[in-house]
Amino acid sequence: MVYSKKVMEHFMQPHNMGTIEDADGIGEEGNPVCGDIMKIFIKVEKKGSEEIISDIKFQTLGCGSAIATSSMVTDLAKGKTIAEAEKITRGDIANELDGLPPEKMHCSNLAADALKKAIEDYRSKRNL
Amino acid sequence: MNKQIYLDYAATTPVDKRVLEAMVPYFDKNFGNPSSIHSFGALAREAVEKGRETAGRLIGADASGVVFTSGATESNNLMVKGVFRAIRSLKKYQGRRLHFITTKIEHHCVLDSFAALAEDYPDEFEATYLDVDSDGLVDPSVLAEQVKDTTVLVSVMLVNNEVGSVQPLKEIANLLEPIKRGRGKDDLPLYLHSDATQAPSYFDCNMNELGLDAITLSAHKIYGPKGVGLLGIRKGVLLKGIQHGGGQERHMRSGTLNVPGIVGLSKALELAQTERKENREKVGELRDLLIALIEKEIPDARLNGSRTHRSPNNVNMSFKGVEGEGLVLMLDQAGVAVSTGSACSAENLAPSHVQLAIGNDHLTAHSSIRMSLGKYTTKDDVEYTVAQLKLFVEKLRGISRGIDPVPAKADSKC
Repeated sequence: MVYSKKVMEHFMQPHNMGTIEDADGIGEEGNPVCGDIMKIFIKVEKKGSEEIISDIKFQTLGCGSAIATSSMVTDLAKGKTIAEAEKITRGDIANELDGLPPEKMHCSNLAADALKKAIEDYRSKRNL
Repeated sequence: MNKQIYLDYAATTPVDKRVLEAMVPYFDKNFGNPSSIHSFGALAREAVEKGRETAGRLIGADASGVVFTSGATESNNLMVKGVFRAIRSLKKYQGRRLHFITTKIEHHCVLDSFAALAEDYPDEFEATYLDVDSDGLVDPSVLAEQVKDTTVLVSVMLVNNEVGSVQPLKEIANLLEPIKRGRGKDDLPLYLHSDATQAPSYFDCNMNELGLDAITLSAHKIYGPKGVGLLGIRKGVLLKGIQHGGGQERHMRSGTLNVPGIVGLSKALELAQTERKENREKVGELRDLLIALIEKEIPDARLNGSRTHRSPNNVNMSFKGVEGEGLVLMLDQAGVAVSTGSACSAENLAPSHVQLAIGNDHLTAHSSIRMSLGKYTTKDDVEYTVAQLKLFVEKLRGISRGIDPVPAKADSKC
């Protein structure tokens, strides 16, 4: 199994690592059997009618691709509207990382799912 | 990146220069096929037979009990399937459901050979897989209790490749001995086989000493070349080949013999024997230093496997809050080659059967790495590795901080 240069860059120096104390939404995804668990924190700002992800952070327990995909999803989602961010797929993340080994596509590419959960969490809190 | 530290000797070893030197003439100068009757063949044959005698002497088998193969995987396949084939082909044993025993921590080549027979011959083959304790050790008395009248093969590895546990083979052999003696002329035979692939550099692999009927060895784990190994069998063991063709190796393994490989294997076995005591002490000390430094420097590090019944070259540790693969990748960037303790197979990222068999939960299993030392490992290598390890464990714990995972449900899959 060989990771792309881009995966290794994001793995060795991940972007947006950490937590947001007063997060507007938190999403967790993962499976201890596979060994990968990740948590995404988002901060949402309203600009007119748009809801924009102004800040995003992650924490990940997992292998190289789990950490790299977490880092990448934060890059992709930051500054985007909620509606745009929701459309980010596993495939998008893998493509942006110049591909992932096939066996890693299934369980180590959960970042898009964790982001969706964070957005759901934000929405459910806002509707309270 | 200047440093290049290799701590993956359980995966493979560099070829010892003396082994390489012994092999070289058999690639070009003496290139003959040992099956040919002319002088080229004779020279090659002579080398093979000399290697066979050396190997036989070292493992306590007659020269005729040494079957050269392509490596441990083939030897284990040949033993498991070859014994099954030989016994079921004999008229007096027909209609019996043959019982095979092994452990849950064997290499896949043993476990999958069992599984293949179970799939192909559900009415003629039956298997028992023995549990191990948290040290990775089989209980010999539990093993002996599992033996039935129909048990024909007990296969227990000498040194586990992942957690380094060393099985009490002699004790097992002693318990099997009266059962073997109690079997009459028309009863089924009972064989004790051991996959000793990881052992020869540190442990005597003489079948008589260990009480074995058969043994599997591989060259590339003991500073020999890849692609060659042997199955040693005691005289009288019933075995039928599983690879057919030219009838080499007394019909037990067809295929042109790997002459340079065989020369290399026998040389490597010879060196393992003469340098065993020295390697055992030297490597064992470095292993103890590596474990001690990790336990001193890195909190929440746990040794997997046995502290006492452990191969002198194996260190397998779990680091809480870290995933093994990440650690392996980071160490590689710093020039240190180790392997994940929980090997990822191609299509499945589930933790290894060995980690689960010793009672580790999934996350502990995933958080493990294996560092395997060898005769070229130095104290500097060990100290540098621990310093890097400390750095990267901290870094990865920083990334996973705040993740408080719930244990996996018993039936969940990856």
